[in-house]
Amino acid sequence: MGKQKMTPRAREEARWGWLFIAPTMIGLIILNFYPVFNTIYQSFCKTGDFGKGNVFVGVANYKAVLAAGETWQSLWNTIKYALIEVPFGVVIALVLAVFLNQKLKGTSLFRTIFFLPMVCAPAAVAMVWKWLYNQQFGLFNNIFHTNIAWISDPKIAWISVGIIGVWSVIGYNMVLFISGLQEIPGDYYEAASIDGATGINQFFNITVPLLSPTTFFIVQTRLIGALTVFDLMFMVMDKTNVALSKVQSIVYLFYTYAFTNGNKGYGATIVIVLVVFIMIITFIMQRAEKTLVYHN
Amino acid sequence: MDIKTRDRVNKVIMYVILIIMAFIMLVPFVWMILTAVKTNQEAISVDPFFIFPQNGWHWENFITVWKSYNFIILYKNTLLMIFFRVVCACLTATMAGYAFGRLKFPGKNIMFSLVLIQMMIPAQIFIIPQYLMVSKLGWLNTTAGLVFPGIVTAFGTYLLKTGYEGLPMDLEEAAGLDGCNIGQKFLKIMMPLTRSSMVSLGIFTALFAFKDLMWPMIVCTNSATTTLSAGLAKMQGQYGSDYPTMMASAVLAVIPMIVIYIIFQKQFVEGIATSGGKL
Repeated sequence: MGKQKMTPRAREEARWGWLFIAPTMIGLIILNFYPVFNTIYQSFCKTGDFGKGNVFVGVANYKAVLAAGETWQSLWNTIKYALIEVPFGVVIALVLAVFLNQKLKGTSLFRTIFFLPMVCAPAAVAMVWKWLYNQQFGLFNNIFHTNIAWISDPKIAWISVGIIGVWSVIGYNMVLFISGLQEIPGDYYEAASIDGATGINQFFNITVPLLSPTTFFIVQTRLIGALTVFDLMFMVMDKTNVALSKVQSIVYLFYTYAFTNGNKGYGATIVIVLVVFIMIITFIMQRAEKTLVYHN
Repeated sequence: MDIKTRDRVNKVIMYVILIIMAFIMLVPFVWMILTAVKTNQEAISVDPFFIFPQNGWHWENFITVWKSYNFIILYKNTLLMIFFRVVCACLTATMAGYAFGRLKFPGKNIMFSLVLIQMMIPAQIFIIPQYLMVSKLGWLNTTAGLVFPGIVTAFGTYLLKTGYEGLPMDLEEAAGLDGCNIGQKFLKIMMPLTRSSMVSLGIFTALFAFKDLMWPMIVCTNSATTTLSAGLAKMQGQYGSDYPTMMASAVLAVIPMIVIYIIFQKQFVEGIATSGGKL
């Protein structure tokens, strides 16, 4: 087909097409595709001292990154964070979305409140939570009359950070769920009601299967978002926090090496490890989609 | 129990859960504001029975913070970054989206698969080279540096392509008969019809830029050139134990977007629901 000679009209259309996509494609190549290869290249280099050029060091960075206990620890920390944020963020949001999809009064007010964290900068959100978690003067310890080191006890800190994550994403997940729910035809529920199905029956037999494409989409995007978490941890965990090594995410580790310590080669290697990890997760999710999602 | 009573009981249960959740969601906001108007001494001697300030409401804390941390400059930097990112993203994405959605040209499928591939790659892999480019261009500590990674958007292109595909096919044919060329058709007929997709993309881009922390921290290390998010990170590092000051600055950082959100709520919610991007 491509070999055929184009008509003048088709040629003009092609010219316009290329003209219109040119800015985007050039931008993507410079800003995204070149950096992918550049990062891979840098992962085989050591950043020269005093701004000198890169020195090729082969797989030395990979050996160092893969041998470092903190790499695996932060990968594990990231997974633990995702294991809190994704399931709780999704389930709570789903319940709220189902409630708000009923014909209740005041739903728009509730929706506004639940969505509020989504429009706040995570930096500010984390600052407030850090203050709430403060061991001496924080609201939580004072209200519950406890003396918990919410964010500096390594056994608890990862849960505390996870809670902030859940609080932050509920509204976003909920909005996506509501729009998914609105696509389910109302007659399914009417028919079920006539047959005497209770609300809980309807939820598990109609809502859950018909909503599964939306749920899958949310889980997938949230999972990748959670595996690349940075802002919350950076703001909540001071560099002097004793629990830092048990909480910091892999992206936090990347930031520390690449930009705080200025070791771009080592940082690039951490990114490659992260990307490979996310690719594996994405691949597993794609395979799981066929069995988990209900298709009509 | 008849159906009516059952419905009423269900409703009460739902309201109770919704109210408890709303309360939990609001606690951090309320505590942020209440701390911001206290004196530091009062903030660190918190007694659960003294939730409200006992020594008067120190609204002047906001003015002190506003002046001492140059918030006007942080606002300006953030606003400029958001403005240019939104304009660039909408402009490039609407053009590319139109071409991918409505035109036929050789190489289209390969180019579009590049767009899809970009969307699947975690953004962290771009950061080091993007930083080195900005640094080579001499754009560190400038608005251009802040805008740089957001000039084009694969996600926006995808979103707009879907928008253009959804328009009826005969629209363009009708315009073609009137002797318009493709550029005119695009500007006069097609682009105005995808306004809702553009609004979604604009809101998404603005929110993303507003919330981003790592990029401004990397390229704008100077507190006179940085954004609200990165500015907060700096302040926390320097004045972390002055809680009313920290909370007052947090309030100042979140208020503009909250006000905009409450005014344009419908667009925000629809924008997120239709775009569904990874925020």
